[in-house]
Amino acid sequence: MIRIEGVTKRFGRAAALDHVSLELQAGDSVALWGANGAGKTTLIRCVLGLLRYEGRIEVGGHDATRHGKAARLLVGYVPQELGFQDDLRVAEAVAFFARLRGITRPDVRGSLAAVGLDPHRGKRVRELSGGMKQRLALAIALLGDPPVLVLDEVTASLDAVGRDEFVALLKQLSGGGRTVLFASHRLEEVSILAGRVAVLDHGRLVRTVSRDEFLAEQRPRLFRSLGREAAGTAEAGCTAPGGPPSFTARSCREASL
Amino acid sequence: MSALAANVSALCRPRPAGRNILTLAHRELREATRSKRFILYSVAFAALGLAVSLVSASVGGGSGLAGFGRTTAGLINIVLLVVPLMALSAGAGAIASDRERGMLAYLLAQPVSRLEVLLGKYLGQAGALAASIALGLGSCAVILAWKGAATSPSSVAWLAGLSLALALGMLSLGMLVSVLSRKVSVAVGIAVFLWLALVFISDLGLMAGAVALRLRIEELFALSLLNPLQVFKMWSLHAAEATLDVLGPAGLYATEEYGQRLHLIFGACMLAWIVVPLAAAGAVFSRRSPT
Repeated sequence: MIRIEGVTKRFGRAAALDHVSLELQAGDSVALWGANGAGKTTLIRCVLGLLRYEGRIEVGGHDATRHGKAARLLVGYVPQELGFQDDLRVAEAVAFFARLRGITRPDVRGSLAAVGLDPHRGKRVRELSGGMKQRLALAIALLGDPPVLVLDEVTASLDAVGRDEFVALLKQLSGGGRTVLFASHRLEEVSILAGRVAVLDHGRLVRTVSRDEFLAEQRPRLFRSLGREAAGTAEAGCTAPGGPPSFTARSCREASL
Repeated sequence: MSALAANVSALCRPRPAGRNILTLAHRELREATRSKRFILYSVAFAALGLAVSLVSASVGGGSGLAGFGRTTAGLINIVLLVVPLMALSAGAGAIASDRERGMLAYLLAQPVSRLEVLLGKYLGQAGALAASIALGLGSCAVILAWKGAATSPSSVAWLAGLSLALALGMLSLGMLVSVLSRKVSVAVGIAVFLWLALVFISDLGLMAGAVALRLRIEELFALSLLNPLQVFKMWSLHAAEATLDVLGPAGLYATEEYGQRLHLIFGACMLAWIVVPLAAAGAVFSRRSPT
């Protein structure tokens, strides 16, 4: 569904991405993992055709640069923070982006209800909290039921409670065979949303591993950061008997690169 | 998954460019007409125009300086000052403000092309400018008709049309500034500087150049065509069936040399001022990062 081949992106002399190749089949959920400046957001912007790059990116068989409109029609995008014309009412905002997606009679109320925003449809966007704005962005991203969802550190601007709620909502709405590419540096999100993890470091794709492998690798780091007592709690939550290692939301909330 | 897989083929046909442009233009028009800047400029433009109309109507007599209406002359001067400022600042803010707010990247992440976004914004802003001009000059026309002034409705209509052409040219220039600027404050600053240069420096520059470089009269006329404000001024006077003598030797030369072909010359110059900066803005916008 998404094919990234030898993508290099330079800002001046610095390479933000250095020959990155990655392939996502339909239904894959891949987390882009890395420290700030690793190239996660740059790669997402390249996939969306927002940046020019060397190499090749295809979404659903469409070149992300040459056939950007067709490629982006397959993609729902949620940014880190919704930059938006904030004097629009919530329902108007959904209707506007639905028109751009060619949806002539959008089910605005249904879209808003899916993310719990229907009671707020008459509010102006500027009146929404950060969490509500992200829900609005998710409602817009899901308009037309696109097969690909691209998320760029979507919980970075939310508080702990908002993060938990939003990740739960994402888990609920991003499933059903949708291909998901998301940037994150929170183990909690990786644990809940990812099937695979692509680790980026200084613009290079270091490796791609399964979620379970990745979480097992990250466990010592988590324990160090949480301390002995918290580590005990995490141990209990991380190793379900006979199942894959997973992290409880509480233990993972504090753990990030 | 089957429904989503079906979506891949169903979603393969992007919306036609024209419809996207109209959707974006509608949003831009709405945002522009609600902005305080637009309201301020429109009120100032209408107030100045009404003041000129009332004064000239109360003095009486439609015929004045060099045979054209003094009201038209007053309105031309107001248009020369206000409309370029209004259009340049509107264009300068159009892209840069969205970029600064993070809105541009989000918009371009949707299934729209950059050209559609640029043209949508251009048309929306153009619509707002047309509304402002219609409001300003329309209210003047009503006052003049009420006072029974001799200025004909057709001359006001001509002036409105030429004002819109000037506004479109300045809007194109403003949008070029906007796509080149990362911050809206920088873009608006450059736009104000350009306005000052076009309004004030060009007249003085032409005069100084004519004296210092001993420019021939045809060269002076050709140079004046490089400034869209000069083109608007000459075209407005010509359209008002006034002689261009009031502009001095260059105007006299133009009337004698080109006659009625002046409409074509002025029209081509104004069209170039609309198309060239907008095309340049499109070329820059298609290559620059939206963040």
